[in-house]
Order: sequence, then C-alpha cells, then structure tokens
Amino acid sequence: MADLCLFLALLGLTAYAVLGGADFGAGFWDLTAGGDRGGGRLRGVIERSMSPVWEANHVWLIFVFVILWTAFPVFFASIMSSLYIPLMIAILGIILRGTAFAVRGQAATMNEARTFGAVFALSSVLVPFAMGTVLGGIASGRVPVGNAAADPWSSWLNPTSIFLGVLAVASGAYISAVFLAGDARKLELPDIEDAFRRRALGAGIVSGILAIGGIAVLRSDAKYLYEGLISGVGLICVIGSAIAGTITLFLLWSRRFELARFSSAAAVTAVVAGWGFAQSPYLLPTSLTQSQAAASDATLQALLLSVAVGLVVLVPSLFWLYRLTLRGELQEEFRPMDEKFGHDK
Amino acid sequence: MFTHLETLLLPFAEISQTAGKLGPSTQEHLLWARETQAMSFVFHIPFVCFGIAFPAIVIFTEGLWLRTGDPTFKALARRWSKVMMIMFAIGVVSGTILTFEFGILWPNFMATFGDVFGLAFGLEGFSFFIEAIFIAIYVYGWDRLPARTHFLAGLPIILTGLTGSMMVIAVNGWMNHPGGFDVVNGVITNIHPWKALFNDFFWHELAHMYLAGYVVVGFIVASVYAVSRLKGDTSKYVRAGMIIPLAVAALAAPAQLFIGDWAAREVASQQPLKLATMEGLGETTKGAPFEIGGIYDAKTGEINGGIAVPDMLSLLAFHNPNATVTGLNSLPREDQPGPVNVVRFAFVGMVGIGTLLALLGVFYIGVWWRFGRLPRSVWFYRAVAVSGPLAVVALISGWIVTEVGRQPWIVYQVMRVTNAVTDASGLPIIFAAVMIIYLSICGVLYWLLRRLASQPHWQDPSTDDPTAGGPTPDKLTPEGAGA
Repeated sequence: MADLCLFLALLGLTAYAVLGGADFGAGFWDLTAGGDRGGGRLRGVIERSMSPVWEANHVWLIFVFVILWTAFPVFFASIMSSLYIPLMIAILGIILRGTAFAVRGQAATMNEARTFGAVFALSSVLVPFAMGTVLGGIASGRVPVGNAAADPWSSWLNPTSIFLGVLAVASGAYISAVFLAGDARKLELPDIEDAFRRRALGAGIVSGILAIGGIAVLRSDAKYLYEGLISGVGLICVIGSAIAGTITLFLLWSRRFELARFSSAAAVTAVVAGWGFAQSPYLLPTSLTQSQAAASDATLQALLLSVAVGLVVLVPSLFWLYRLTLRGELQEEFRPMDEKFGHDK
Repeated sequence: MFTHLETLLLPFAEISQTAGKLGPSTQEHLLWARETQAMSFVFHIPFVCFGIAFPAIVIFTEGLWLRTGDPTFKALARRWSKVMMIMFAIGVVSGTILTFEFGILWPNFMATFGDVFGLAFGLEGFSFFIEAIFIAIYVYGWDRLPARTHFLAGLPIILTGLTGSMMVIAVNGWMNHPGGFDVVNGVITNIHPWKALFNDFFWHELAHMYLAGYVVVGFIVASVYAVSRLKGDTSKYVRAGMIIPLAVAALAAPAQLFIGDWAAREVASQQPLKLATMEGLGETTKGAPFEIGGIYDAKTGEINGGIAVPDMLSLLAFHNPNATVTGLNSLPREDQPGPVNVVRFAFVGMVGIGTLLALLGVFYIGVWWRFGRLPRSVWFYRAVAVSGPLAVVALISGWIVTEVGRQPWIVYQVMRVTNAVTDASGLPIIFAAVMIIYLSICGVLYWLLRRLASQPHWQDPSTDDPTAGGPTPDKLTPEGAGA
C-alpha cells in the first residue's frame, strides 16, 4: 500500500512537472519574448492558452503535498523544515506568479500589462528553479530525518540542486513551447507556430544536453542516485526518456505537434519515474526508507480509498476542461498583448 | 496506560501528551512562527468565504436571468463571475502558502499527526481541484456553452465549495477536539483516520463557518452596491446588485445567532478553559456573572472596570443560571490559553457585530415583508455600506477566538505549540517576507477591484433616466439624495 501511495505521489509530481511546468515555461517565453510590439503576439497566445487551465494545473502540487504528509509524514516534515529557504522562495514565487497573471488579464494599459507581466514571467522562472533545488537536496542525500536537521544553505545550494533547478526551468520551457506551437497551429498563426517550434527545438536540445551533462554531476555529487540511474529499471527509464525526447524533436521537425505533446510529456514522465526507481527503497537516501516512513495501514487504506473516489469525480471533470480547452471553446479570441491596449502608449 | 478518551473525560487530571516524533523543539522565535501562520490565515479566510458562498449567489443570479430573461441579471452574474475568478485565484495561491507553512513552520505537528488528519486535506484537495476546473469552465464558458449547460456547470462549484470547507473544518475541529488515536507513553498509536475526521467539533464548526461565508460575502457584495446607491446611482443594475446578496445575508445572519449559541455551548462543555478565556473568568464560579467591558487582570484573575450581570454567563453557556462555569485558574498559568483580553474582545466583537448584522437583516426582511419595498432611509444604505467590512471583522474575530483560545496547544491537550514548531532559524525574516507579499497583494487587489467597479456597467435602456426607479419606486429620502 505504501508503494501505491508513493506511486500516486510520483504521478502527481509528473502531472505537475508536465502541466504546471508548461505554465512556468510559458512564463519563461513571456519573459524572453522581446519588446511590447515584437513580443505582443507571442504573449497574446500565452495569455490565451494559460488562462483557463493554470489554476487546475497548479493544484497537482497540493495533491502531492497532501499524499506525502498523510502517507509519509516524517519524510514530509524533514524536507519541509530542512529545505525551508528554497521552499519559501518557491511559495512566494507561486503567489506572485498567480496573482500577477490573474491581474495582467485585467490590465487596461500597456504599462500595467508590462509591470504585471514582468512579475509573472520572472517568478515563473524562479519557482521551477527553487523546486528543482529542493529535489536536488533530497536526491543527493543532504536531508537527514529530523526537525530542520540539514544545513540550511548547502542542502539546496549544491551541484545536484543547481543542476536540477536549471533542468526544471529548461524542461518546463521545452514542454511549454511544444504545447504553444500546437495551440498556434490551431489558431492558424503560422508566424507564432514557427516561433514556438524554433523555441521548442532549441529548448529540447538544451534540455537533452543538460540531462546528459547532469549525469556527470550526479556521479560526483549524488552517488546513490547515480548508481540507481545506470542500472536496472533506472537505466531503462533514462534510455526511455532519451528516446522520447528524440522522437519529440523529430515530431517537432515534421510539425506534428499533437503527437509531440504526448512524447514530450513521456520524456518528463520517464525522468520522474527513473528518479523514483533509482532512489528506492529510500525516500531520503540513505537515512529513511519508504517502509520506515510509511503511515499505518489504516491511514494508507483510507487515503487510497479517498483518492480512488476523488479520481472518479476528478478525471471526467478534468477531461471535459482539457477537451474544451484543446478545442478552443473556452478561450477568448486571440489578441496580441500590445494590441489589446492600442499602440498609443 | 491512558487512552485519549479518558483524558477528555478527566480534562484536568493527568494529561497524556506527546513531544512528537521529532522530539521537543528549541525554537526561540515561536511567536514569529505563530504570527506568520496567523497572518496567512487572516489573509486567506475572506477568500475562503468567497469560495463557499459567492458561487451560489452568482449562479442564483444567472438562474434569475434564465427564468426572467432580464439582461440585468445576466450582466450582474457575468461581472460577478469575473470577481469570483480573481477571488478564487488568490484563494488558491494563499491556500498553497498555508500548505507550505504547515510543513515549514510546524514540522513536528505534521510528522506526528499527518497520518491522523491528513486524509481530510486529501478530500479537500479533490474538492478544490474540481472547484478550480468548474470555475474555469463557468467563467470562460459565458456565451460559448449553451445557456443551460453553463448554468449546470456552475452547480459543482457550489457543491465542492461545501465539501472543501467541510474537510478543512474537520481538521480544525479535530485540533480542538482530537480523537481517532491513542497516546501510549508519548507515542501516537491505534490511528483511525475516519474517526478523526468526523469529530465532535465538526458539525457546529462547519455550520458556523459555512453560514459565516454567506454572511460575509452577502454583506460585502451588498455594501459595494449600497455605496453606488449612496453616490446617486439608482439604476436597476445597482438595485439588483444590492438586493440579491443582501437577501442572502439577511437570512443567514439571524440564523448565525442560533448556530453561534450552539457552538458556544459545545465549547463550554468540551473546552471549558476556552470559554473562561472568552469571558475572562478567573475562578470557577457557580452562577457566574457576565461581564460587560473592563480589562481582565491575569494577576488577580478578575475583570477591572466591567459591569457584571449576575448569573448571566451560566445562563448563556449552559442555559441554567445556577450552572458552574470553570475558571482559568483551575489550571496552572502555563496551561492557560494565551492573552485573555485578546480572545475576550475578539469574542465580544464577533457577537456584537453578529447581532447588529442580524438586526439589519431582520429589518430589511421586515420592511420588504410589510411594505414590499426597500427601506427608504439613507441610514439603511449607510448601514449596508459598512456591513461588509464589519462582517469581515467579525469573521477574523471568530477565528481568533477559536485559535488563540486553543493555546498553548496545537492539538488540544495532546501536543503543545512549543513542541510543534520548527528548529529552523530566520523566522522573523520569513515573517517579514510573507508580510511584504501580502501587503502588495492587498494593494493590487484593492486597485483591481476598484478598476472593475469603475468600469461602465451594463444598463437597461429603460432605467437610463436617473429619475426612474424600476417597478417599485425606492427613492432615497431628501437627505440621501444629497449624499
């Protein structure tokens, strides 16, 4: 049962990495879109694509938290208290991102849109980086069991953390560009489609290089994880991710964006799964195993039951939302961000 | 061996406590952790109310449009759904900060009891997830989905608002009246998560909070349109914008008095020390008086400068003038709840405001009933205009009573706050960072809602003439016309 709970947590993490990551990646492209006039069209597509779904995408994070603190309470408490600095950075970024995005939608002048857009875009880069450093702290075995027992700084400012932080930003940008290229195709905006296709190819290659280079970082800094990734199921996942990534590049090249959505998501899924397998049986390598951290059977049973009931309601609802979104039935007409306010500013 | 049930039957006998799985904490900045958490709740709770009650009001208004075909209602529901989206978005992010803070600030609480109460948050998470989905469909689906489908897509928002708040309240009820586990030599065993969920405090806290959502949102929204009316806008749009939410609040506010009485009596029997704190009662007294005003002095255990109404407290708490009410001094000072005067004034403030709001509601309904129109006095509109902010004050006060009155326990009589807190350093910095963020969001939100309010609203051509007042004329008194 503990295995199943861990699986659910990793599933939630994957959903967050793919869907939430895409929203953060959209922020990255918003940030780098250029000036008001030049970037207006890109920003318009980003705004249109993200608006109806970002809140639902964000809730996956809460899902992961809830599973962890119910099923593995000591694990949750040890991470949260030890890695409080990057987690505080992440949460403040999450607040700023969400609020700024919601407010930008109501902006009435270019100046307002620019200010809130900058906050939205900067925090969209900060959050995945901070989250990546948290994962790095866990994966490199720098979080011991206890109440704030780790070093408050080196636990997240270390080679593995920095690597995973950068990778999180890059992979979010990659997935996001893939999704947005597909959305632009549906909107019949060939210039935007090309722009995001180029970005997706670029970010895909960068993510791939980062991932390969990162293995060297793990080898020297996160020995246990490294051993797990070059053998057994961990290795299969790594290879699977590489294949999915390559297929995505090919699909992007041939402009088959709908399929690329799924293969890019598969690449991220394989990375999360590989991490899970490589670290097992440890939650905190090498001080806390999954069975040591697991809650009592009564709790796990109750949790699994409520997740099952919840999913029965959630999945069709989510399916309806995404179907409406992918068909473009919920979005407003596409308008370049700068033209919303006219060119007089 | 001492089971938990026995400790509750003998609340002041030997107490079986736990220092938690991570052991006692050495935190020197406990107060900063508490204030950070408190600030985050104060910020979050009003948005929760909007998540609970606003969808029902918006969807009701949409229903009015579907039934009557009057475009005023559609215009209102559309504008409100935009506000609902923003309120929900900020509720989502401010709720996320709470989940982070549970772990960052109170790791030992989470490590020790996460497996007891965590389930509730799992169910809450799902409610919230589904609410997010349907709010998105509802808000972005105006005029894109068929009218009936759109209306039906709103119903799950109301339902999930209820189930979500239900689960959070279950956790709060559990912290105040813990159950579903045993403490054996300081170790938590024999966990029954479902029992923890549906604890004895669950029902009255849920009813009290759910109704509070309708009181707060009803009066806040009504007060916005009352202000417009006071500024001279007599359009049908503004009229309907005030009448609909005010009707909701006017029904909820008097009912809240009865629910509140039920809640207070539950507290009196289950958490006598909290009641003693709410009323500033130092010594255990038979036929205890109710003190109006005055300041509680912790040294003497008495209220200085108050007016005592004999036997009144016993009557209110137990519906019996001769009942014995437990005083604060039945426990040593370190086991008494925090600052007595804070809790006491918060309680008086909540009850006082709640009573005034109920009177306003009864007056509104009474005039409507008797004369079939709105009250005409400008003072009525002024009262509605201030009712929204006052309702928020009452809401926060009520929360202070529950949470500060629970101190020094995080899990009532089982785990102390001092043991739950993190050992991390830098809590004052966290407090400052969180405060800066909240203040800026408040600023932006204020600016944004002002912006939404100042947008030209839709007007029915027949009421464009400012002297026309709709089917039932409700012009303000001459005094009001100038206001």
